[in-house]
Amino acid sequence: MVQERTLPEFPTALASITREEGLVVYEDMILGRFFEDKCAEMYYRGKMFGFVHLYNGQEAVSSGVIKAMRSDDYVCSTYRDHVHALSAGVPARNVMAELFGKATGCSKGRGGSMHLFSAEHNLLGGFAFVAEGIPVATGAAFQTKYRREALGDETADQVTACFFGDGAANNGQFFECLNMAALWKLPILFVVENNKWAIGMAHERATSQPEIYKKASVFGMPGFEVDGMDVLAVRSIAQEAVARARAGEGPTLIEALTYRFRGHSLADPDEMRSKAEKEVWFSRDPIKKFAAYLTEQNLVQHDELLDIERRIQSVIDDAVQFAQSSAEPDPSELYRYIFAED
Amino acid sequence: MAETLLFNALRAAIDEEMARDPSVFVLGEDVGHYGGSYKVTKDLYTKYGELRVLDTPIAENSFTGLAVGAAMTGLRPIIEGMNMGFLLLAFNQIANNAGMLRYTSGGNYKIPLVIRGPGGVGRQLGAEHSQRLEAYFQGVPGLKMVACSTPYNAKGLLKAAIRDDNPVIFFEHVLLYNLKETLPDDEYVLPLDKAETVRKGKDVTILTYSRMRHHVTNAAKTLVQEGYDPEIIDLISLKPLDFDTIGESIRKTHRVIIVEECMKTGGIGAELVASINDRFFDELDAPVIRLASQDIPTPYNGTLESLTIVQPAQIVEAVQNIVPLRV
Ligand SMILES: Cc1ncc(C[n+]2csc(CCOP(=O)(O)OP(=O)(O)O)c2C)c(N)n1
Ligand SMILES: [Mg+2]
Repeated sequence: MVQERTLPEFPTALASITREEGLVVYEDMILGRFFEDKCAEMYYRGKMFGFVHLYNGQEAVSSGVIKAMRSDDYVCSTYRDHVHALSAGVPARNVMAELFGKATGCSKGRGGSMHLFSAEHNLLGGFAFVAEGIPVATGAAFQTKYRREALGDETADQVTACFFGDGAANNGQFFECLNMAALWKLPILFVVENNKWAIGMAHERATSQPEIYKKASVFGMPGFEVDGMDVLAVRSIAQEAVARARAGEGPTLIEALTYRFRGHSLADPDEMRSKAEKEVWFSRDPIKKFAAYLTEQNLVQHDELLDIERRIQSVIDDAVQFAQSSAEPDPSELYRYIFAED
Repeated sequence: MAETLLFNALRAAIDEEMARDPSVFVLGEDVGHYGGSYKVTKDLYTKYGELRVLDTPIAENSFTGLAVGAAMTGLRPIIEGMNMGFLLLAFNQIANNAGMLRYTSGGNYKIPLVIRGPGGVGRQLGAEHSQRLEAYFQGVPGLKMVACSTPYNAKGLLKAAIRDDNPVIFFEHVLLYNLKETLPDDEYVLPLDKAETVRKGKDVTILTYSRMRHHVTNAAKTLVQEGYDPEIIDLISLKPLDFDTIGESIRKTHRVIIVEECMKTGGIGAELVASINDRFFDELDAPVIRLASQDIPTPYNGTLESLTIVQPAQIVEAVQNIVPLRV
């Protein structure tokens, strides 16, 4: 087994999170976890099809970053996008309905698991090809700068968070966009979710410099590694990066060290990763860690967490009910949405 | 307005649209300080600033994706492909994101984007700089493709492309930038989806576009002297094709010759033949003739290069062959 990289320490004393914020973040993490578990169940029951990539284990990254942002900020994801969409505020109903291919899905049943979109929630996608979302996110960040500087719109201070994997960080679009974002000081967070694997390709076997955050330095960009299983650590780094971006001080590269608790997709037998490795990472479950923090700090009572879990379970059940009972897309609308006019 | 060169007609179109709508901006390699490889954006950055005439690094796929993201969030980017061939590096962003994202998003986003630049077979530029990308892009749903051919239509069409809410690939031809024409003083915008009838006639319909339009009109001079009466249609819109205009002409002439610069295999002409068979087979009195470039990388050598693309004499000959002799 490859030597595990030491996770950077984050002194909990530095964490400043209120009870209300803690509840929001915890609920978001539970929503992500329960939603994905339900997806696995529905997939195996033949309710959804195609490649479905679950996010279990990585919740601290989505919740830590997106819940440190405003609702008018932009979020850009990959094919592993369900939970980013949920954190960005897309209702579970519409995400689930999309996975069921229904007309009520956030992409009207045209997208599927890897193509979740919501203009209303500034979710830019849902990109099925590795790394192709990075330029699009960079474009959204450029738009904010353009609106502010070329159009003189002082309310244009939105920040874009762009999520992608360790595998994507070996693609040219990653380097090209880091260059442009740093060059033009774009308000963007490049968030690498380093879960150690790109399907069956171990990160160390794919890159000459496994410490991805260090790649920021050649672009003159701040780069940080963070324990991606610790939502408070992620949140803290994200808050700083968001503040910098909003203040016009440019982009940040954040490498969150994390792990997916399931196979690459629901079609993946997950035979590459050793049991020992999995056990190390399962013991770092970000939800358990945060629950322990909230109760130890007396911010929240254990019962309240159970209440959240019960409530979210009913949100998920409702989402499935909604998806199941929603109408299929109308076949007469097969050609709709090709062009802007319809 | 005085006589205008085609590249200046394009420049005027961009200038007018940038003045009209502050969300319109240009990006690409050397579009700013340098003024564009064919001077289409010359000095625009002094008027509109460096953000609105954005010099990008040489990173085609990424700056194309950047433009898609900017378009999704409300801006109206115009990408200049320094040479259209370079956009092969942006194929993914053009096909998957510019072309298909509106559909996969179920209508969440629209992508008002123009991708324009010089293409076609020039004068001994070698294979890589002599490409006809329309053949490759025509299969991408969601894209519109337009080819300009005169200063007049270049200006009116580019303005329309910039105002269109969809991604438009706008083809210019390296050998046409110095065409001259007197343009109207008043503003005009041309429809993106209408073919242009260059010459009315009744013997045969010649479908062509871009630089080949000029080869066809040259050939027509000879043909008219010989007593032939060809109808020449400049397709303008390569995707979607204007089958109203095409059909109307075929119903009159019952004969079709296609003259294109694409390679024969899988070109615009191939699509035209198939569609004409689908739609107008009963109108045809003869098989459709397709004159296209040879299926080879465009050779550097001048003689070989001219053998690669269609020449006016071949067009004359094709008409002579397909139109029955009237004595
Ligand atoms: C352009 C492209 N090449 C290959 C693939 C197939 N593919 C899907 S996910 C993946 C691995 C990506 O790994 P990483 O970026 O680390 O993200 P993770 O899946 O671990 O979240 C590959 C190779 C793809 N979707 N797109
Ligand atoms: Mg990975």
